[in-house]
Amino acid sequence: MGSSGSFKSFKADVYVTLKRTVNDPQGLTIRGGLHALGFESVRAVRAGKFVEVWLEAEDEAEARRWVAEMGDQLLANPVIEDFRVELRADAEEAPGGGE
Amino acid sequence: MALDHRALGLIVPDMTDADRWPQIDDETLAQIALSRDEYIRACELLDRAPTDVELGMIGALWSEHCGYKHTRPLFHHFPTEGERILTALGDENAGAIDIGGGWVAVMKIESHNHPSAIEPYEGAATGVGGIVRDIFAMGAQPVALLDSLRFGPLDDARNRRLCVGVVAGIGGYGNCLGIPTVGGELVVAPEYAGNPLVNAMCLGVARREQLISATAGPAGSKLMLVGADTGRDGLHGATFASVELDESSAERRPAVQVGNPFLEKLLMDACVGLVREHRDWLEGLQDCGAAGLTSSTVEMAERASAGIIIHTERVPRRERGMTPYEVMLSESQERMVVSVKPDHVEDVAAWFAQWELDATVIGEVTSDGLARVMDHDVKVAAAPVRMLTDAPTYEPASARDPDAAARVAFDPATLPDLAPAAANAALLELLASPNIASKRWVWRQYDHQVGTNTVVTPGADAAVLRIRGVEQALAVCTDGPGRAVELDPWAGAVRAVAEAARNVGCVGARPIAVTDCLNFANPERPAIYHQLRESIRGMADACRAFDAPVVSGNASLYNESDDGPVLPTPVVGMLGLLARPELAVRSAFRNEGDVVLLLGAGLPQPASSLGASEYLAVQHGLSAGPVDVDLEAERAIVNCLVDAVETELLQSAHDCSDGGLAVALAESAIGGGVGVHVRGDVGERLDAALFGEAGARAVVSASRDVVAELSALAEKHGVPCTEIGVVGSDRLIIADVINVTLAEASDAWENTLPKLLD
Amino acid sequence: MRFAVVAFPGTWSDWDCIHALRDLGQQAERVWHRESDLDGYDGVILPGGFSYGDHLRCGAIARFSPVMQAVSRLAERGRPVFGSCNGFQILCEAGLLPGALLRNHSLQFRCQPQYVRVERADNGFTAACEGGQVLQLPISHGEGAYHAAPDVLRELEETGRILFRYCDETGALSDDANPNGSLHDIAGVLNAQGNVLGMMPHPERASDPLLGGTDGNLLWRSIIERWG
Repeated sequence: MGSSGSFKSFKADVYVTLKRTVNDPQGLTIRGGLHALGFESVRAVRAGKFVEVWLEAEDEAEARRWVAEMGDQLLANPVIEDFRVELRADAEEAPGGGE
Repeated sequence: MALDHRALGLIVPDMTDADRWPQIDDETLAQIALSRDEYIRACELLDRAPTDVELGMIGALWSEHCGYKHTRPLFHHFPTEGERILTALGDENAGAIDIGGGWVAVMKIESHNHPSAIEPYEGAATGVGGIVRDIFAMGAQPVALLDSLRFGPLDDARNRRLCVGVVAGIGGYGNCLGIPTVGGELVVAPEYAGNPLVNAMCLGVARREQLISATAGPAGSKLMLVGADTGRDGLHGATFASVELDESSAERRPAVQVGNPFLEKLLMDACVGLVREHRDWLEGLQDCGAAGLTSSTVEMAERASAGIIIHTERVPRRERGMTPYEVMLSESQERMVVSVKPDHVEDVAAWFAQWELDATVIGEVTSDGLARVMDHDVKVAAAPVRMLTDAPTYEPASARDPDAAARVAFDPATLPDLAPAAANAALLELLASPNIASKRWVWRQYDHQVGTNTVVTPGADAAVLRIRGVEQALAVCTDGPGRAVELDPWAGAVRAVAEAARNVGCVGARPIAVTDCLNFANPERPAIYHQLRESIRGMADACRAFDAPVVSGNASLYNESDDGPVLPTPVVGMLGLLARPELAVRSAFRNEGDVVLLLGAGLPQPASSLGASEYLAVQHGLSAGPVDVDLEAERAIVNCLVDAVETELLQSAHDCSDGGLAVALAESAIGGGVGVHVRGDVGERLDAALFGEAGARAVVSASRDVVAELSALAEKHGVPCTEIGVVGSDRLIIADVINVTLAEASDAWENTLPKLLD
Repeated sequence: MRFAVVAFPGTWSDWDCIHALRDLGQQAERVWHRESDLDGYDGVILPGGFSYGDHLRCGAIARFSPVMQAVSRLAERGRPVFGSCNGFQILCEAGLLPGALLRNHSLQFRCQPQYVRVERADNGFTAACEGGQVLQLPISHGEGAYHAAPDVLRELEETGRILFRYCDETGALSDDANPNGSLHDIAGVLNAQGNVLGMMPHPERASDPLLGGTDGNLLWRSIIERWG
C-alpha cells in the first residue's frame, strides 16, 4: 500500500463486537453492576472493542476497502467477533507522535 | 530562560536572610511540595533564585519519596554490613547479597500506596513495574514478586473495590512479565480505610560479575534513554506520594500512570541480556522511576561524583508541546537510563532494536559537578548535583501516643476467659477472619509458577525458589504486624522481623538479609515520629539478633486519609538461604500417625500473650495488651527449625502467629487434608492457650521414630519441645475443648475471601 | 529430537519448555519469532506468555510473525506442532486449529493445579498415557474459555479431536471442574491430521518432581516416541 498520488485523510471508527451466539461474561457482569446501581430496566449488555484508525487513501471507496480488510485480517476474529465501520473524511489530527 | 552565568558552585551561607530572595506564592510551593524554609535554603545554596525547571527538580528530589527527609537520620540504626552484603544501604536501586557459588540475590520492597488509593488497578500495576525495574537495573534477572497489602474492612464496598482492583492490577502486570508472584500478605483493619498499603517486593538473581551500578560513569559517557516515549503522565508523582490524601486527591488522577507490562517485559529482557553479554559497553544502568529523568540522572551523577547535561529536546515524546519542565519531571513508566561508553552508543542502540526498543542519546556525563538541562541551546537549569541530592533532613519532636500507651498497659487477664462451650465457635470465627482466612482467592489470580522454580508455592510460611545452577535455594516472605507496632512500636517491629525469620525458618532457611518498607502517617506529628523512630530501632535490634542486615528499603510517609492515620506498618521482606531445595518443608500435615510437637513455650499461656492478638480484635473488639518479645528465644527457635529441616527430621512446620496455636494446628490440618488430635493441660487461661500469640513458637510434625532425636536437637538449642498430639482422622480436636470436623474448619477458612470479594 | 521453542515478544514459558525437554535428553533451542526457516527441526513448541502483551486479542499479532509460515510448513510436513496456553491461542488465531479462546467466565486470571482427562491415547501426543487417564497439569491464564461454532464442535467430537477435557480427580466432568467455562470442557484440541495440538494447561510445569508433579513428561515422552 504505497503512498503515491494525491491522498486524503480519513478516520475510521471500528466497532468490534462478540457474535450474538458467543457468551459474554463481561457483558453479564456489567449488567449485574448496572442492576446493583438501580438501573433495573437494563435487559442486556454486550461488551466489545472500539478501535480508531487514522489513515490516508485516494478516495473513500479505497479507504473503506482497506479498513474492511483490516477488520477481516486482524481487528476482529471471525470465529467469535463481528465488526462494523464508520468512516469519515478526517478533520481531526491523528494523536501522538513527536514534534 | 537564560541563566546568569555567575559561578554556580555550592555556597553554604552563614546567615539566613529570607528577604534576599524573590517572593514565591504558596500555591507554587504547594504544587512542588516544598516548604518556604526549604525554598529559602535552596536559594541560599544556589546563591540565587532557582529557575522554574530547577524549582521542579528540587521539589522532586527533596520530596519525602526521593529525599528521605524524615527517615535518613534514622537509618544509621540499621545493621547494614555483613560477609554476604555487597551493597551499602541506599547506594543502589536494590540490595545485593552473596548467596555462594558466584551468584548474588538482589532484592527490594517499595510502596505504591498513594497511586493505588486513587486508581487501584494502575496504581498497583505500576508499583510492580517500578520494583521490577529496580531489580534489573542492577543487572539481575527478577525471579519472584511478593505483595504486602493492607485494606480497610472488606464489608465496605469502597475497600472491596480497592482490594479487587489492586489484586487485579498486580496480576495484570506481574503475570504479563513472566515473573512468579510467590507470596505476600493481605491484612484488613479499619485504620487502612481510605489509605490502602500496597507494597511490592522483588527478588532477582545474577552472576556476581553481572552486578552493575546505577552510576553515570566518567565524563564523556553518553546517557541513553530507553523504552517508552515520555508523556505528561505522573507529573509530580513523587511529591504526590509525600502529602496526605484527602477528598481532592481524586482530582489529581492525572498523577497516576498507566502501565504497559508488555513494554516492561521487552525492556527487562533487553537490559538483562545487555548486561550479561556486553557489560563492557556500559558504565551504569538506572531505572527512571519517581521524579523521572530528574532523579534518575541526578542520582547517577551523584554516584559518580560527576555532572550531567541533559538535552530535553532529544527526549522522544508521546505528546506535543511538552516543556522542559514536564520532560524532566514526567513519570512515564517503562523507561531506563543507560550510561554508555562513547564508542558503543551504536552497539547499544542496535542491541535494543532487537527488542523493537528505541535507545536515544539524551545527554552526557560532565566533570563540572553540575546538573545542566538544555532546551535546544537555552540553558534552563544548572544546579550543583550535590545541592540537589542533599535534601534537608528533619528530626521532629517525638512523643508516645498516650492512647496507645494506655492500651498497651491493658491487662487481658481482666477479661473473662473463653467458656469451653464457646471454643469451637471462637475458632471457626477466627478462621473466617479475613486476616487469618486462606488468601487463595488472591494468589490464584497470580501466576506463581512461571519460571518453573517455585518449589514452595503461596499459602506457605515462606515461598521457596530454586535457582538453577545453585546448590542452595532461596526462601522469601513478608511480615508487618501493624496492630502490634501501634501498641508498642519497638516491640512490634521486633515482632515483624522475628515472625519473618520464623517463617523462613519453618521452610528450613536461615535468615540472611532484610528489605523494609516503612509505611507511616505524617511524621511531623510527634506520635507518628515516635512510632517511626522506635520501630526502626526495633527492626534494627532484631535484624542484628538474626545477623540479617538491612540491604534496601523504602519509606512511605503521610499515609493518612480523612479517616485518620494508618496503623504504623513497617513491612519486613526477609530473605533466607536453604541448604537444598529438596529439603523444603511445608506447613501442611502429611501422614496419619505423625507426632505433633510444639516448639517453644508449651500449651498453657499467660493472659498477656493475648496482647495485640487477632482473638482480642475479633472476640472483644480490642486492640490492646502488651507486645512481649524475646529475641533470644526467637533466634534459638529459628536455628532449631533450620537444623531440624537440614537433618530431615520434620514432616511439616508452621509458625504460631495470628490466631495462635489453635489456628496454626487448624491450618496445618486443612492444608494436609487430615485431622489432628491434641491433648494436654491448657492451664489457667483457655483463651490464651488456644489463641495467644506469644512469639518463638511453631507447630511441627514428625514421624514417631525421630521424635527422640528431634527433642534432643531442641534441647541442644534451648528450645522447649512438647509432644502435644497425633495427626489423623477427619476432625480437629484440641484439649477436649475444640472438636470440629475438618470440613467445617476448611469451609470457614477457605470461603471467607471468595464470599466477600466475588 | 531437535525442538524449536519459539519466542515472540512477550513469550515467557520458552525457557521452562526448553528445560523440560533438555531434562529428558532432547535438543531444544529458543528461536526468535523473526526466524522464517525451521528446516532441521523435528518439532515446534509454541510456549505460553503474553505475546505482544495480549493486545487486541491473545495471539492476534503473533500469528503474523515470520516464523508462523515456517510453523505451518512444518505442520504440513507432518511434524509435531505443540502450543500451550498462549501458544494454543496463537494456533487458533493462525487457523492451524479451529475455535478461539475467550475470557475466563470468572473474568479472573487463574493459576492452579488442574485435572485433565486424556480422551484418547492412540495419538502421537498421548501414546504414553492410558485412554481416560487423569493428569494433573497446572493452568495459568485469563483467557482460556474454548469456543467454537456448534458444527465445528460436532466435528471435533465426531472425529475424536478433543484430546483433553477439564475434569475432577476422578475424571468426572462438571461445571465445578471446568476452570474457565470452555465449551464441552475442552482443554486441548488436535488438527485433522493429528500432528498439531493446542492446550491451555502447561505440561512444562509438571515435568520436575521438585515442583510437585511429572504428568507433563507423559506428553513429552509421547511426542518423542512417535516423532523422534
